Amino acid sequence: MAKYAFFLGCIMPLRYPGIESSTREVMKSLGVELVDMQGASCCPAPGVTRSFDQNYWMSLAARNLTIAEKMGMDVLTICNGCFDTLFETAHKLNHDPELRKKVNKTLRDATGVEYNGTVNVRHFVELLYRDVGLDAIKSKVKGGKNLKAAVHYGCHFLKPSNIKKIDDAERPHVFDDIVEAAGMTSVAYKDKGMCCGAGGGVRARTPDVALKMTKENLVNMQAAGVDVIVDCCPFCHLQYDVGQVQLKELQQKIPVLHLSQLLGLAFGLEKDKLGLEVHQVKVNL
Amino acid sequence: MAEAKVPNPEFTRKVIEQGGKTVNLCFQCGTCTGSCPSGRQTAFRVRKVVRRAQLGFEEDVLPSEDLWLCTTCFTCYERCPRGVEIVDIIMALRNMAVRKGYMAEPHRKVAELISKTGHMVSLRDEDKALRKKLGLQETPPTVLSDPKMLEQVKKITELCGFDKLVASGGK
Repeated sequence: MAKYAFFLGCIMPLRYPGIESSTREVMKSLGVELVDMQGASCCPAPGVTRSFDQNYWMSLAARNLTIAEKMGMDVLTICNGCFDTLFETAHKLNHDPELRKKVNKTLRDATGVEYNGTVNVRHFVELLYRDVGLDAIKSKVKGGKNLKAAVHYGCHFLKPSNIKKIDDAERPHVFDDIVEAAGMTSVAYKDKGMCCGAGGGVRARTPDVALKMTKENLVNMQAAGVDVIVDCCPFCHLQYDVGQVQLKELQQKIPVLHLSQLLGLAFGLEKDKLGLEVHQVKVNL
Repeated sequence: MAEAKVPNPEFTRKVIEQGGKTVNLCFQCGTCTGSCPSGRQTAFRVRKVVRRAQLGFEEDVLPSEDLWLCTTCFTCYERCPRGVEIVDIIMALRNMAVRKGYMAEPHRKVAELISKTGHMVSLRDEDKALRKKLGLQETPPTVLSDPKMLEQVKKITELCGFDKLVASGGK
């Protein structure tokens, strides 16, 4: 059984814990063992932290990486923001010896431990596609409904693609393929691939601007007649879920599921393991 | 006649040093602006931000609200025909802007929460209750359940001077 250091982040464990329980169950059934990273912190969130102080952003991220390094495991995250922070930090520290020296001095003084550059940072969508495989996912599907899904990749799963090297950033397919393997239909919609609007600190500072972007996506998804929005990031998830309540003018609401919850449904997981009751948009799927 | 603005290469050099190393590659085609989801909804024009950074127009770019309308979606970064790492330029500019006191209160609060609790959102009673119901550890196995590890976060905050930056609002 492959083992990974499971990075929780903030929004998943504290606002949508159903994503966490779904991820744990789904991964277990696919033969992936998740081990907790005792004492990990916020990644830290790239929007505000990187905008304020890139040195602090990387230093806190590097501390999280040292926890996985001590466990002798690669990191697994189910959040695009955490993925971006941890992946970019690991990449920068591996390619810039001067920077690594500087960050390691801070780490040594604060924790007594240095980062040696041995950890790979994995996003669960990419792990499911590359390591677990579509056939293994298909073999776990227990029937259920064939839903029409609007797949939302978010921004920081694939981009910047020159370092992440997962899929074509303009016309990706890995996430759609997983959704289809789970027995759903991934529906094309206008401007698929556009940002949910929340990132970069925009949601916190100018929520009205964030919501305008969210609304444009929602209108395009509605026009395609989808049953569900599927995301792979708790922050996009929150923006679509809470955003639909804030956008009072919207007549029709679309339920929002994180991919781990969608797979939970497809695998026939007990519904009370999915934690759907905290979703603002009611999920009756 | 309006007086022409004088470029300030010293400021441009600082942008380059802080991560915006590709700023001078930009030839102002506007692919970034045409690709920007935020620019569709607002008057934010990425191309102008990059031009101001290139010319060193510090007084135009650092106080500007535009700097904070970027969601860091990386679409411009992906499409730029000159390989300008636009998000890195914006991050360098934002790092400089907060040190001039251009720090919005909602952002300052998030930064404070991270530096004090190790997380960007709080753990409420209702979160604990739901976690328990889902069969999860009530308090996540993070710094939230390990005060010693939280001390490490606080120490890094102090060593990087992030506590002072956040407390002072950059002023």
